[in-house]
Amino acid sequence: MARTLSMKDAINEALDQEMTRDPTVIMMGEDIVGGAGAAGEDDAWGGVLGVSKGLYHKHPKQMIDTPLSESAYVGAAIGAATCGLRPVAELMFIDFMGVCLDQIYNQAAKFRYMFGGKAETPVVIRAMCGAGFRAAAQHSQMLTPIFTHIPGLKVVCPSNAYDTKGLLIQAIRDNDPVIFLEHKNLYASECDVPEEPYAIPFGEASIAREGSDVTIVTYGLMVPNSLAAAETLKKEGIDVEVIDLRTLSPIDMDTVIESVENTGRLVCVDEANPRCSIATDISANVAQDAFGALKAPIEMVTAPHSPVPFSPALEDLYIPSPDRIAAAVRKTMGA
Amino acid sequence: MSNPFPLEKDGLLEAYRRMKTIREFEERLHVDFGRGDIPGFVHLYAGEEAAGVGIMMHLQDHDRIASTHRGHGHCIAKGVDVKGMMAEIYGKATGSCAGKGGSMHIADLSKGMMGANGILGAGAPLVCGAALAAQKLGHDGVGITFFGDGASNQGTVLESMNLAAIWNLPAIFVVENNGYAESTSVDYAVASDSYVDRATGFGMPGITVDGTDFFAVYEAAGEVVKRAREGGGPTLLECKMIRFFGHFEGDAQTYRAPGENEDNRKNRDCLKIFRAKVTEAGVLNDAELDAIDAEVMTLIEDAVAEAKAAPLPTPADLTTDVYVSY
Repeated sequence: MARTLSMKDAINEALDQEMTRDPTVIMMGEDIVGGAGAAGEDDAWGGVLGVSKGLYHKHPKQMIDTPLSESAYVGAAIGAATCGLRPVAELMFIDFMGVCLDQIYNQAAKFRYMFGGKAETPVVIRAMCGAGFRAAAQHSQMLTPIFTHIPGLKVVCPSNAYDTKGLLIQAIRDNDPVIFLEHKNLYASECDVPEEPYAIPFGEASIAREGSDVTIVTYGLMVPNSLAAAETLKKEGIDVEVIDLRTLSPIDMDTVIESVENTGRLVCVDEANPRCSIATDISANVAQDAFGALKAPIEMVTAPHSPVPFSPALEDLYIPSPDRIAAAVRKTMGA
Repeated sequence: MSNPFPLEKDGLLEAYRRMKTIREFEERLHVDFGRGDIPGFVHLYAGEEAAGVGIMMHLQDHDRIASTHRGHGHCIAKGVDVKGMMAEIYGKATGSCAGKGGSMHIADLSKGMMGANGILGAGAPLVCGAALAAQKLGHDGVGITFFGDGASNQGTVLESMNLAAIWNLPAIFVVENNGYAESTSVDYAVASDSYVDRATGFGMPGITVDGTDFFAVYEAAGEVVKRAREGGGPTLLECKMIRFFGHFEGDAQTYRAPGENEDNRKNRDCLKIFRAKVTEAGVLNDAELDAIDAEVMTLIEDAVAEAKAAPLPTPADLTTDVYVSY
């Protein structure tokens, strides 16, 4: 039965259901329980934003608080994944990936290939991503292109609570390493989410809004921003299709190409920095494979080539807004 | 005559066989690499055999090890197929990793060998994971990470020692101290005078042994592995050892003192030391050891011949096995 759930609660429910289903699923991270070794309450935090609150009391042996030691515990999660466990390691923020990147891109991502196809590393590394929290340059990045670039990693960045639950369950059941990125500004967003467990396959985009004039391809927080732009444009008589990629690796180019062949116009919206981004990747693929369908140059709406600024006055300019997205769509229409 | 050693005759012969196999494997690679037969680069374990074998004699397949760039010896000591290894180093489709890993990435998870590793210190967190899995799955397996005096300075190693200590993991941190991080002396690069002190700093026991003495390593490792299996937590084990060759093949070793290599070969060869001990005690005789030497030479000769004759990977193999499913 479906009921309304926030993205944050959908994550909690997916973790709860998978840990119940499979005792080899464990969760590791900093303060995911909270208060370890301290005199006060158990389950003091349940994660820095409370995402895993309550799971410790249901699954005490599967919830492991770690020291602030990302290389060690992310590496341990990866090692344990090759030894019969299915760990979900949480990095509070994607920005901390740099601390333990070797374990992710030199170890987990490469085991299967380097070892001649004989290794399986079913690990999920969850992290909050994205700007808008006034959290400044080291707690706000959208580093999706970095992980998408690396063969051997799967990369997920959902835009709503329903997809988040189904994609996280798939990530935990998947036998490859998965980077699962949760936009912190979407944690409170709600939609109907079934109570029962379900998995959404990777590599299948969803069409968040059907339209015939212009295709917007995006993911994460930029999905609601693009949908907001589409509502504005509807009043101007422009019918926008919004494709939510959901997973960036694997990526569903078929759905993108099919849509562009129908609309003839493409706007790529990406919260990442502009160089070598998801936006440039989609643009290049469409230019190569569907050039003949294009009626106008491809437009890209991205963050600028700068770190994420602190001041709200600047951060609001940094994040691609519905207004900027709408302007790019109008440009493809020659308006 | 009574046997003063902690292993019966069969065990002693097996230990010698493994050490000799490593030695001849590496000596042969030294020659073949010099001839240009082998692509890439190789880091040889010759001289260090007593450490790897002294430890691995205590392990079973469900015990996990994470190795280093200098990994051939660990692989052989842990039971990885020698012919598969040779074919891998030759870049052949029949190799342990289908020719996709090479010398620095030989792995065989079925033997508990989690991989040689091109990244220094990277095995330490992985082994904490293996030890955590043993703890959670309720078996008595241990995880052992090998690293050199060079990688002992990596944050991953130090973080992992802390993690293993606070979680009381069945993890063992083996410092293979051969005195050189590539060309840089341990005296220059390691601030602490004693690895035992480092272990103490992380609240775990530390032991230093003469890594050229198989029996010293075997005895210390036995105690350490037993403690880990029985829930006694992690230990640091330093093996002071000798690297017969350079950091990698092609290293002119100008950083060494004059006559150092010759002295090492003459006076600190762990195989010679082992042979002298067991024959002087009258437990094994030269003929028994010579017979193993001959069998090992045949094995290595066959391994090279088969590797050279084996097929190369095909173009279709370039993009397979990136993912389990994609």
